[in-house]
Amino acid sequence: MSKKITVKTYKTEILIIGGGTAGCYAALTIREKSNASVIIAEKANIKRSGCLAAGVNAINAYIVKGRTPRDYVEYATKDAAGIVRDDLLLTMSEGLNRVTKKLEDLGLVILKDENGEYVARGNRNIKINGENIKPILADAVDALENVTVLNRVAVTEYLVKDNQIYGALAIDTKENVLYEIHAKKVICATGGAAGLYRPNNPGFSRHKMWYPPFNTGAGYAMGILSGAEMTTFEMRFIALRCKDTIAPTGTIAQGVGAKQVNSIGEVYDDKYGNTTSERVYGTVRENLEGRGPCYLRTEGITQEQDRELLRAYLNMAPSQTLKWIESGKNPSEQNVEIEGTEPYIVGGHTASGYWVDTNRQTTIHGLYAAGDVAGGCPQKYVTGALVEGEIAANAVIEAIEKEKGKSENIDHIYSDTDFIRDKKKEIESILNRQDAIFTTEQLEEAMQKVMDTYAGGIGSHYQYNEKQLDLAEEKIEQIIKLSERLQAATMHELLFVYELRERLVVCQSVIAHLKARKETRWHSFAENLDYPNSSENWLRYVNSKRDDGELKIIYRDLVKRGETYEHSN
Amino acid sequence: MSIAISQSKCTGCKMCTTVCPGSLLSINENKKAYIEYPKDCWGCASCVKECKFGAISLYLGADIGGRGSHLSTKCEEDIVTWLIENPNGENQTIVINRKESNKY
Repeated sequence: MSKKITVKTYKTEILIIGGGTAGCYAALTIREKSNASVIIAEKANIKRSGCLAAGVNAINAYIVKGRTPRDYVEYATKDAAGIVRDDLLLTMSEGLNRVTKKLEDLGLVILKDENGEYVARGNRNIKINGENIKPILADAVDALENVTVLNRVAVTEYLVKDNQIYGALAIDTKENVLYEIHAKKVICATGGAAGLYRPNNPGFSRHKMWYPPFNTGAGYAMGILSGAEMTTFEMRFIALRCKDTIAPTGTIAQGVGAKQVNSIGEVYDDKYGNTTSERVYGTVRENLEGRGPCYLRTEGITQEQDRELLRAYLNMAPSQTLKWIESGKNPSEQNVEIEGTEPYIVGGHTASGYWVDTNRQTTIHGLYAAGDVAGGCPQKYVTGALVEGEIAANAVIEAIEKEKGKSENIDHIYSDTDFIRDKKKEIESILNRQDAIFTTEQLEEAMQKVMDTYAGGIGSHYQYNEKQLDLAEEKIEQIIKLSERLQAATMHELLFVYELRERLVVCQSVIAHLKARKETRWHSFAENLDYPNSSENWLRYVNSKRDDGELKIIYRDLVKRGETYEHSN
Repeated sequence: MSIAISQSKCTGCKMCTTVCPGSLLSINENKKAYIEYPKDCWGCASCVKECKFGAISLYLGADIGGRGSHLSTKCEEDIVTWLIENPNGENQTIVINRKESNKY
């Protein structure tokens, strides 16, 4: 019997897509200041969804005593070699301590000294127990009135007319239901994109990666396909991590002062520079020149330090603690091998994402972006994502207030019945198809191989040239065609089909951006072998916008200190 | 990276199927939880901590250095007891108080 889809309609004033770090905080902010109705559409369940599932090792973005928000802006600007939005970084930095206080009030444990001051870890970090940070946020959201959380509901498409958003379409990941969600304003907080490139552990442990494998670039893809302007997709993020478990290295490096050493014991930390990309690049070079593997030098630390490291990792990356125990050797007895991850697109660490104004409104009217999906503002970490959720929420409340009286009642929001009918048909055809040639998994692996080989993945040491990018473009195009003929037996498999399609759309943008920046501004993150040096001429943004099915590159001048960017249309 | 679910300890309470950030767990015809997509597990241990019956444990795949040990937990209020059991039946526990911050 053929499978049928039921269409259900929701109406709300504000739709938040993604109940992760930024999305949850946006809901909290809205309810503090407004009675507007809110729906959070969450692909999994907000209790542990998003980046914070396992926990987090520290608050990595905080203005410690003696420092200012401007110091943070300068640090992030230097780390990104200038390709940042000063206005976005400053508005984010100014809110870091405010949201940290709120997190503490909600129940986050933060280490304090005898004077009641937070204990700093380096210049920008404070020490916490972050194991249950997500349940803390989720519990606060669950307690809010007139906030409806739709768990296991994955948004797949925006509803946009004349560049104005009026809602989104979503699929239930368990039941045969398509949701048409109408909203006056939409905040996109889906997170970034993992799984574009072949991962570190391509076999059984393929999802043992740094970034959540469930963040598949939905927010980026929906924006790209709806004609939103996007920025800096060429600034990929590659994390330096503990080999195999892909667990954080910062806790070891900063916690016990472990240096990066090569296989002959030489410290190479300072040889290549200390920005995030240079640290990855140094490790790549040492390996390429025959001095691998590389390690964090932990041999000789004390037993007490061993114990604390094992405990700290249980609070954020338990597999690393298990790894130490499995190997029969504590960190004091063996150095921790390190490697770079596959490249991710993630606006919370680098600057890829929506091109937004200071209110975090995108170039689509009524659509806002916060957290990893929003561009121009790297080094957000958890607290920066919270601030962006807050900024977007405040802007949305203000806009709804302003439009009161003149805007339509949500009961009369435009609905394109033909479009919904076609979408329902599309889903039913995927669910009922029996003759697919390939599985979603096979096409995902094909995509990851193309990106790895021709668009600077681990296998090509993060390097590429223009000819390779041309091949990547051609081959991704072929896989997109193949993805139109996939089949799914269940709604969860249907989600896998949509996730693959999202990733393919993001891959196209990544390739186009890598091609457009004809320099090497960041080693490893964008290592262009045709243009191995950086150039002053490229102190500008590479943006893109899809128009009539074609991705067009837009170059924009930097928004520097003292300047503020506002959309002009 | 994946998890194992003891079919004898599982009560089918669905706490794990609810919490998984990848929606990877389901209930089988015997009303017990199972992982539908083992290769898709992120290894976050959300389900391990959620299980009140100690039925779920985390293990490392052989491709990332696993030798067959399993990690499970018992959570009582703020006290999380992590239990690591190796294939020879030897146990090790690490107790963590959620009210205490990381030293590093």
